[in-house]
Amino acid sequence: MPKLKSFEELRKLRTQLQKDIKTRTETSTTITVGMGTCGISAGARETMHAILAELDERNIDAHVTTVGCIGMCHKEPLVDVQQGDEPRVTYGNVTPAMVPRIIEEHLIQGHVVEEWAIGRVAVGQEG
Amino acid sequence: MTEQHRADVLVSCLHGRSPELIPAFQEEIKRRGLADEVQVVDTGCRGFCAMGPVVLIQPDGLFYIQVQPADVPELVEETLVKGRAVERLAYKEPATHETIPHYDAIPFYSKQVRHVMRNCGMINPQSIEEYIAVGGYQALDKVLTSMAPEEIISEVKKSGLRGRGGAGFPTGRKWESTRRAPGDIRYVIANGDEGDPGAFMNRSLMEGDPHSVIEGMIIGAYAIGVHQGYIYVRDEYPLAVKNLGIAIEQAREYGLLGEDILGSGFNFDVKIVRGAGAFVCGESSALMQSVEGKVGEPRPKHFHATERGLWDCPTALNNVETWANVPLIINNGADWFASLGTEGSKGTKTFCLVGKIENTGLIEVPMGITLREIIYDIGGGIPDGKEFKAVQTGGPSGGCIPASLLDLPVDYDSLAEAGSIMGSGGMIVMDERTCMVDIARYFLDFLKEESCGKCTPCREGIRRMLEILTRITEGQGEMADLETLETLAKTVQSASLCGLGKTAPNPVLSTLRYFHDEYVAHIVDHKCPAGVCKALIEYYIIADKCTGCGLCRRKCPQEAISGEKKELHVIDPELCIKCGVCFDVCKFDAVGVR
Repeated sequence: MPKLKSFEELRKLRTQLQKDIKTRTETSTTITVGMGTCGISAGARETMHAILAELDERNIDAHVTTVGCIGMCHKEPLVDVQQGDEPRVTYGNVTPAMVPRIIEEHLIQGHVVEEWAIGRVAVGQEG
Repeated sequence: MTEQHRADVLVSCLHGRSPELIPAFQEEIKRRGLADEVQVVDTGCRGFCAMGPVVLIQPDGLFYIQVQPADVPELVEETLVKGRAVERLAYKEPATHETIPHYDAIPFYSKQVRHVMRNCGMINPQSIEEYIAVGGYQALDKVLTSMAPEEIISEVKKSGLRGRGGAGFPTGRKWESTRRAPGDIRYVIANGDEGDPGAFMNRSLMEGDPHSVIEGMIIGAYAIGVHQGYIYVRDEYPLAVKNLGIAIEQAREYGLLGEDILGSGFNFDVKIVRGAGAFVCGESSALMQSVEGKVGEPRPKHFHATERGLWDCPTALNNVETWANVPLIINNGADWFASLGTEGSKGTKTFCLVGKIENTGLIEVPMGITLREIIYDIGGGIPDGKEFKAVQTGGPSGGCIPASLLDLPVDYDSLAEAGSIMGSGGMIVMDERTCMVDIARYFLDFLKEESCGKCTPCREGIRRMLEILTRITEGQGEMADLETLETLAKTVQSASLCGLGKTAPNPVLSTLRYFHDEYVAHIVDHKCPAGVCKALIEYYIIADKCTGCGLCRRKCPQEAISGEKKELHVIDPELCIKCGVCFDVCKFDAVGVR
């Protein structure tokens, strides 16, 4: 490892390292990928890898978590995006190619990609 | 840099129990093709020792207990592939039998306030990168770039931090005296010589978050004007020695220790000194003798260590937990720290909860919490439906606090008033089957072995008290013994050279104070009410409960029990050695003690 010469360098290093432990620290954005058998067979693993890669490249702070089948198997891979107290938005049939646009428009600009969204649940109304 | 992962598997508590657990996870995760998404992290102790080895899966917060390598395929399949909790391995609340799969919801954790232990079990202690990522060395950044040494000392003074090794001396004042003492060379020392039987909070901290201790020391060294520090760790803590060694090496490589730390012009380095495990070496002057390579014996306190300590130079010696509190105070401010705890005792304290308690383990709670909250809410109460009898705080030389004082707030002053000490944070819980005379005898037996023998009151006084206590437990005591005990205890307390002798009479004095009747029962009635002291008890079979199953007869090592099948059995008192096996094995509670 390189010797640090100043506190400037230490701060820069910390910002870089923080990404590595993100799964253990708080963030207000959660991306949930349906990874039941149906999801996996529909290509959810590839979609999730695309999400991880995109977040990493754009340096975005978000949890990526996986859940089982929600019952809408025909819409798999399903990807839910939840930011803070905003309603949780569900996207259906998400292919890796669709990931950059969802992240760009929804996560960064804050606009739901309406044409791909298939549902939304307000916080506190689940179940 | 490493890539981002969707999940982390944090594995704790591998203390010899399950070294194959981590490879098992790594292999299974690889086999399922998850190696790019999930990382396995070896973390330090998470404190819930009764339940180890434990595994926490983040970000879901699913918590699994007593995980064996054979459980790994199921855990990976269910939790990491399908995202479901494995109920079988989740924690079950003993009182309600409710299954609690989430870490945050388990009462053992939810009632704790983890500041000093915040990283233990959360980061890989052998990775300085993880420590930096969670905000490590930020406090050092702050002090070296924006604070004068005097400012740091006044901040620590204002926080109200007191020594976590037990005596509770105000840390800021200690630093100030060391800084002001005349001399060119000064030292800082971290005391990691945790010698109390049943205590392991310092070990867990050194193993689980070594950088927090080192960062605290660098800050203290800068405030006091020190260029060399020592960490004194007992050699029985091999993993603590290893992790501290790795941490120091990594800090040096990054330029956080050594010459001209991060271009600030400040020089400081740390060395590890391994202790041979003598209890007395936790005492400050004996510890410094030991660091110097001499026999670890205390010396008279004509002068303070802050003026003439290690190699006769001004020295600030603090417990490792005290040092680990320093970065927290710098980062969050003295006011934040002072908002935790009570008037005279600020912040949090780690305790080891052991003995007759459901949830054995390591906890961190705010000062001022009551013993009842610790024992019942966090500790889960006493196992097997038994009654709480006493709790001993502060290690072998602490006092025993009875049930009537369960609502006592835990802080330096309240504990001292109740005749005990904070000590470094041992907490031994005793139930109704514990004899308090025998307990006092047991601890004095330990202290007799550990007394270094340099001063007469401690060396001779402990022996004499032990002789009397042994006599009482054998039914040979006299009422006059109680007075002699008290006189001896007070002499040892006031005339001993160091803390070991000064606190050694605590078990005797506190049991005399709170359990006087039990002493009288031993002496006058020749009875041990708890049924422990062998010379005073007799096992017998209760006629109307015995079913004649013959289990006790078969288990008795002395063949002292006789009886026909389905008939009442009897114990021959002549042959009985009072081992208690019959009492433990009987399924019908038909064996009594009198």
